[in-house]
Amino acid sequence: MDPSLAIETSGLSKHFSDNIAVVDLSLRVERGEIFGFLGPNGAGKTTAMKMLLGLISPTAGEGRVLGAPLGDLEARRRIGFLPEHFRFHEWLTAEEFLTLHANLYHMEQEYLSQRIPELLELVGLTAHAHRKLRTFSKGMLQRIGFAQALLNDPEVVFLDEPTSGLDPMGRRLVRDITRDLRAKGTTIFLNSHFLSEVEVTCDRVAFIKEGAIVHTATLDSLTNGELHVAVRARNLTPEARQGLTHWCRNLQVEGDQLTFQLDSEDQLPLVNRYLAEQGVDLYTVQPKFIALEDLFLKIIGEGESSDPREVSGNLET
Amino acid sequence: MHSIFVITKLTIREASRRKILWAALILGLLFLIIYGLGFHFARLDLEKSMQLRSGMNIVLMHEMYNFLLLAGLYTVNFMIIAMSALVSIDTLSGEITSGTIQSLVTKPLQRWQIVIGKWLGFCFILTLYLLFMVGGTMGVVYATSGYIAPHSIQGLALLWLNGMLFLSLSLWGGSFLSTLTNGVVAFGLFGVTFVGGWMEQIGSFLENPVAVNIGILSSLIFPCEAVWRRTVYLMQSPLVTRLGVSFFSSSSVPSRLMILYAVIYAGILLIGAVRRFNRRDL
Ligand SMILES: Nc1ncnc2c1ncn2[C@@H]1O[C@H](COP(=O)(O)OP(=O)(O)O)[C@@H](O)[C@H]1O
Ligand SMILES: [Mg+2]
Repeated sequence: MDPSLAIETSGLSKHFSDNIAVVDLSLRVERGEIFGFLGPNGAGKTTAMKMLLGLISPTAGEGRVLGAPLGDLEARRRIGFLPEHFRFHEWLTAEEFLTLHANLYHMEQEYLSQRIPELLELVGLTAHAHRKLRTFSKGMLQRIGFAQALLNDPEVVFLDEPTSGLDPMGRRLVRDITRDLRAKGTTIFLNSHFLSEVEVTCDRVAFIKEGAIVHTATLDSLTNGELHVAVRARNLTPEARQGLTHWCRNLQVEGDQLTFQLDSEDQLPLVNRYLAEQGVDLYTVQPKFIALEDLFLKIIGEGESSDPREVSGNLET
Repeated sequence: MHSIFVITKLTIREASRRKILWAALILGLLFLIIYGLGFHFARLDLEKSMQLRSGMNIVLMHEMYNFLLLAGLYTVNFMIIAMSALVSIDTLSGEITSGTIQSLVTKPLQRWQIVIGKWLGFCFILTLYLLFMVGGTMGVVYATSGYIAPHSIQGLALLWLNGMLFLSLSLWGGSFLSTLTNGVVAFGLFGVTFVGGWMEQIGSFLENPVAVNIGILSSLIFPCEAVWRRTVYLMQSPLVTRLGVSFFSSSSVPSRLMILYAVIYAGILLIGAVRRFNRRDL
């Protein structure tokens, strides 16, 4: 495993007694990357994030966050986490709540007395510092939750559906804060089931459905009209497959179905010619410009299928 | 500040913010007032009837004070047990269900520090409550009659042990059961050991070894009733001890070994709580 990555997992899985929440999750998130984990409710986003944080132990596979094993104490000093639904100790005031968490980071009194007002300011809760969290609206809880997640100036921030159920103000806050964090080089792992949220904040997005990643793409590639090619071919030799990676990204092979992405349409004839020269029998070559929205609907709107691989299979046609 | 003490402070603050402490203290005060009044009038009556008969008999008066004190402590023991279980019954399961535990556990502290921190916090609260209730009951008796029971400090310590047994039990249950199930387990165990204790008493009175053995078995299942009977044995008046029969105690007295067993029992429950909490998904 590569210690320079912010997050890396291989084959991470979680089987509950009655269902499978996450299947064979293999991820690599670079430092400074804003990574979106996009999928419908129940797709396994929260479970995956909890495994990365050490809240849930995986039933298979392994992972590293900031080069340390999942749940590592030292790594926890350098990460921040905003849990889903923003459930906090509601009998504390906003300031007491932040002080509690600052104490768990063993912050010096001096630093703490400057850092907490600073964070309250950042999330616009200065006026409410002495109010109990019980009296807070959902949007205010989101904001105090953000302050809590950023207390230690984390290198990696985990956000689990930070705008779910919130008004446009709440969504805007997420956008502003993630922009600031990006400028600082902070890595962000963002769970969401809103395309719009991921679209405006993330560099790269993984689509997850029924516990498995069905597609990963950079936002640039998706928004710059990059080419998505579906090919039906026989006699694909391992050499030919290897050669394809010269032009193609996200090459996936399922039986005689081949999918990959190209940076531009110009490369398509080159790929065709190459495959023909390698003796591959081409039946169909279908180029498609897939807009993000399309892709999202395609993946998320897919009918109920029990086998996650079937979803990616359908995608390719 | 050490992480454990951050959690301890949080626990104490929560109990005070949620007014658990205050409710307990106010009702405890009410208990002490009623107990005090009862004790006072019982004493007046007793004095009167004894003077009518044979003049002041200080020995007999002390027997009666002792009986009334133990009757008070009998109730206080119940209250401490109930309080110990109730204040802590949902502290782990409740935080797990609501999700508040998640922002704690992802901070740089170990999970065992959360369990131990909470235990210490409740221990502090319950010790205050115990001193107030037991001290209050003994104080009422002393203030009205000048009577002090034998081994009062040891009795206090044993009642405290009972509180810690239930505290550790409810933390252990909370580390893997729902709040409701945990409550059912705690009070169910109390019921088992309570009835077992009585069987042992009656059995030893009737010299029925089967009943005695069932009683001992129930003390091994959960030793809180045994701890109580040892408390009574230590605190009852020497005369009753010599006669070997009283309402609260029995001729079969739980040994010191049983107390050691209870201490180890509480320790194992706490270790079990830590281990289960360490392993579970949150
Ligand atoms: N503790 C659990 N026990 C059993 N099943 C669970 C548990 N937590 C989550 N699941 C199941 O795992 C799947 C993924 O859930 P989750 O990770 O919460 O999805 P998401 O966050 O994407 O909405 C769901 O089917 C959910 O019901
Ligand atoms: Mg979720």
